[in-house]
Amino acid sequence: MSDSNANRADNGKIVKRLLLTVAGMFAFGFALVPLYDVFCEVTGFNGRTNNEAVAVTHTEVDKSRTVTVQFITRNAQGIPWKFEPSIKQVKVHPGEVRVVNFLADNPTRSDMVAQAIPSVAPAEASLYLNKVECFCFNQQPLAAGDNTEMPMQFYLDPEIPDHITTLTLSYTLYDMTANATAETLAQLQTSE
Amino acid sequence: MKMKPLLALMALFGFSAQAQNRLNLTEGVTDVSNRVYDLHMTIFYICCVIGVIVFGLMFISMIRHRKSKGREPAKFHESVKVEIAWTIIPFLILVGMAIPATSTLIAMEDTSDADVTVQVTGSQWKWHYEYFEHEVEFFSRLATQQEQIQNKFEKSENYLLEVDNPLVVPTGKKVRFLVTSDDVIHSWWVPDFAVKKDANPGFINEAWTRIEEPGIYRGQCAELCGKDHGFMPIVVIAKEPAEYQQWIEETEAEQIAAKEREQELLDMEMSMDDLMAMGEKIYNSTCAACHQANGQGIPGTFPALAGEGVSVDPDQRQQHIDIVVNGVQGTAMQAFGQQLSMQELAAVITYERNAWGNDTGETVQAADINELMNQ
Amino acid sequence: MSTVVDDTHHDEHHDHKPYGITRWLFTTNHKDIGSLYLWFSFIMFFIGGAMAMVIRAELFQPGLQLVEPNFFNQMTTVHGLIMVFGAVMPAFTGLANWMIPMMIGAPDMALPRMNNWSFWILPFGFAVMLSSLFMEGGGPNFGWTFYAPLSTTYSNDSTAFFVFAIHILGISSIMGAINVIVTITNMRAPGMSYMKMPLFVWTWLITAFLLIAVMPVLAGAVTMVLTDKYFGTSFFDAAGGGDPVMFQHIFWFFGHPEVYIMILPSFGIISAIIPAFTRKRLFGYASMVYATASIAILSFLVWAHHMFTTGMPVFAELFFMYCTMLIAVPTGVKIFNWVATMWRGAMTFEAPMLFALAFVILFTIGGFSGLMLAITPVDFQYHDTYFVVAHFHYVLVTGAVFSIMAAAYYWLPKWTGYMYDETLAKLHFWTSLISVNVLFFPMHFAGLAGMPRRIPDYAVQFADVNQIASIGGFAFGLSQLIFLWLVIKCTRGGEKAAAKPWEGAEGLEWTVPSPAPYHTFEKPPKVE
Repeated sequence: MSDSNANRADNGKIVKRLLLTVAGMFAFGFALVPLYDVFCEVTGFNGRTNNEAVAVTHTEVDKSRTVTVQFITRNAQGIPWKFEPSIKQVKVHPGEVRVVNFLADNPTRSDMVAQAIPSVAPAEASLYLNKVECFCFNQQPLAAGDNTEMPMQFYLDPEIPDHITTLTLSYTLYDMTANATAETLAQLQTSE
Repeated sequence: MKMKPLLALMALFGFSAQAQNRLNLTEGVTDVSNRVYDLHMTIFYICCVIGVIVFGLMFISMIRHRKSKGREPAKFHESVKVEIAWTIIPFLILVGMAIPATSTLIAMEDTSDADVTVQVTGSQWKWHYEYFEHEVEFFSRLATQQEQIQNKFEKSENYLLEVDNPLVVPTGKKVRFLVTSDDVIHSWWVPDFAVKKDANPGFINEAWTRIEEPGIYRGQCAELCGKDHGFMPIVVIAKEPAEYQQWIEETEAEQIAAKEREQELLDMEMSMDDLMAMGEKIYNSTCAACHQANGQGIPGTFPALAGEGVSVDPDQRQQHIDIVVNGVQGTAMQAFGQQLSMQELAAVITYERNAWGNDTGETVQAADINELMNQ
Repeated sequence: MSTVVDDTHHDEHHDHKPYGITRWLFTTNHKDIGSLYLWFSFIMFFIGGAMAMVIRAELFQPGLQLVEPNFFNQMTTVHGLIMVFGAVMPAFTGLANWMIPMMIGAPDMALPRMNNWSFWILPFGFAVMLSSLFMEGGGPNFGWTFYAPLSTTYSNDSTAFFVFAIHILGISSIMGAINVIVTITNMRAPGMSYMKMPLFVWTWLITAFLLIAVMPVLAGAVTMVLTDKYFGTSFFDAAGGGDPVMFQHIFWFFGHPEVYIMILPSFGIISAIIPAFTRKRLFGYASMVYATASIAILSFLVWAHHMFTTGMPVFAELFFMYCTMLIAVPTGVKIFNWVATMWRGAMTFEAPMLFALAFVILFTIGGFSGLMLAITPVDFQYHDTYFVVAHFHYVLVTGAVFSIMAAAYYWLPKWTGYMYDETLAKLHFWTSLISVNVLFFPMHFAGLAGMPRRIPDYAVQFADVNQIASIGGFAFGLSQLIFLWLVIKCTRGGEKAAAKPWEGAEGLEWTVPSPAPYHTFEKPPKVE
């Protein structure tokens, strides 16, 4: 072709742009991970709750209605702890701050570290469940044969829609001994 | 027997109902499932009408507009009017479909004000049910004999759709399911309720149903979950509320009594023979799916127990108990501490340590299990 | 293929090309590479088909007869992977390589050396994937969709090979797509404006952009699977703050455009064949282009319709349902355009036309079941049943595969210089048409009646439909041997083909002799 030289330069440019797009889309694949998290946080998509403490900012309590909050605890494979809520369900008014204790018992002969992962059904309700304090924010160490009471302080946002009358908060407990943070391990040592 | 003609009639009716459902979606036994069925049929008929028109025109064309009939091809190749028409009209049909679909969907997702809450947990390859309002929980496993699957026995009527412990729920009440998983993703599906919800490990999902008629309803796991995905059916028995109440109270009392009995049995020493006999049975029903009846496992997937690993090492007896009771995180090895009684655990571990030429000669007693679990 | 080469050599004495194995290993000729792609996909079609035969044989009766469940899962997984990445996609790339330069009046693809690479890494990738079937613990057994954590924590040891293979196939597709885009943008003959390009070129251009956009996302997904399994990350593991459902979002963000990657080039093929055999211009060329583009754009907004049962908030379910239903509009436009093209034409029914007509009808049936699946409340009943299996096989087998066969018949005279055996072709068509429907139509009923997909054994009430489907499956498998024989026969000789063997065919490819000389359009043609 007569204009083949001009073409070739052009080709290089397009290829470069396309390769950049490919690299960009590869990065986008990974960017989907934090994007998904942000999306879930905004929409309550996957029923995760906040993993950092929120301050109580409101003052009013909506006494006109009550919402039942149920608690479910589950152990993942490989963790022999006893883990249960002190109470199966509570009825709360939106806005009211409540504390529920969870009991954990490590019956083994070794020190262990666990992490509780929360999930809320219906997922939409996770937007309105605010935790002021929760054992699930951090890894929980427990020495061999020890047991402990772990508090969870929460309130429901007064904005919670009327159609949510019951919500279930589930905790799944995972063995994190192998992946414990230095901070958690230090706690274990001081407790002994 | 006066009942006989009635039974025959019922069987006939049941048969014809089944025959009908062999080719189409079930209408189911709930309001939601009926609405889903109606929606399904509506869309199906709309598709049929469109299909008849489009294919009809095509066939007319194929029959009449042939070169062999001396046809001269027409010259037209566009028409804005026609093209706009066949963009707008399908769009309007779609809007017509979307309206009932939206209202049905909103009804299906409204889980508020449930009367009964059941926690449904999938694991490889069985279901676990736990009643939130009662101290009742149990595993539900495939009850079809291996011999039927291996074509040695004739297949029963409910082949692959029968379980040892079916889920029991009341009729006329709103039953809410909290669905989750212990390992991979499963999906809890009962067609008669139009309920299908994925069980995601670490997350809970919700679904609900209100069953109108008492009866036995069958379903299956709907999400590929590994080797025995095809072998984890679901059976739900819907009972009248009074009957249900009686059942749940009896079961609750039984389960509490069983736990107490287990404590009493702790001090009992079982002989090697008894442990081996009991262990073999449990091994074949619980462990053999992965580790195989001959203890060889499946290389690269499930480890062998015969002649290697913790089950032959006298120094690792404690680890062996720990693995069976608590499972191994991040593998397919489940925690059987909650699935089997202490006596059963002791028996099966003893069996694993002595079968297939492992011959450690050691027994494990219920007290050993108790020591690990409760110190 | 070597006979083709010899013949072209006699006809076109200015052709000079190397001989023997090195010709194929080092070739940068778009026609050679196109042939390599087509033969490779043909071989893969038979390997994947053999696996389908194993599946249908096991499902012939209830009970486990032939294979273990673990092996069955490997068969369903590898069958899917091979048919998607080994048969359909390379076949389209092969057609693109052969036809796009000839359709736009270019002497070759824009990046011939990369073209060579993009083909030759493909057999290597599949060798890696298939070899894992013979390893301890077997090959991939988690479905072609490889949902985590079944593919991570709970998968067998060969998963790294699977990941590696997918990376290679992805790189190959991306290189192929880049080549297509550069060729189309830069190498068109003078006067060949975008809106004069044949629809096959148009649909491939859009497909190539889809490939560039989503194959890297797939690469990202498999990389995350790899690091989750072997390097302790927890993208998809709740314990470390991940979410297994996120895997499905990422996968289907790739996966839904991927299904259009497998059907858009078909639209182009059908849009070439129907006008050729009705002897009438394609109806609504411009709307075809716009419809293809809008399907491509919508494909990025519908991925979660594969995941309605994962538990999404209602607003999300509604959004994805509406978007999915919307796709029916541009797809409908295409179908109507084809019917309008046929209307008052002068049709003849040679093999390419027969396959094209079957495509229009059967793809539409697949489209109807697709529309039904889009309706979220009913999807809860259909999801993961044989209804879905029936749906995507109608779209992919009687859709994509039939269009590839139509294309093969249409262009075989141009490729080989000989007419194929029309009697054999008719036999192939009718046996395929009947058996494929016996195979897949009953699956709708099995699914509606409640049979889940991906199970090696089933309840007795599904026995009849499965038996019928299996018989159809074996017949369909055997029918393809006729096709293989026909293609081999056509490469070896037969009635000499004219430069334009089809009376109504249009396009630059018919202006060069049959078989197409090794080098064509070294001087660009003038397009009026």
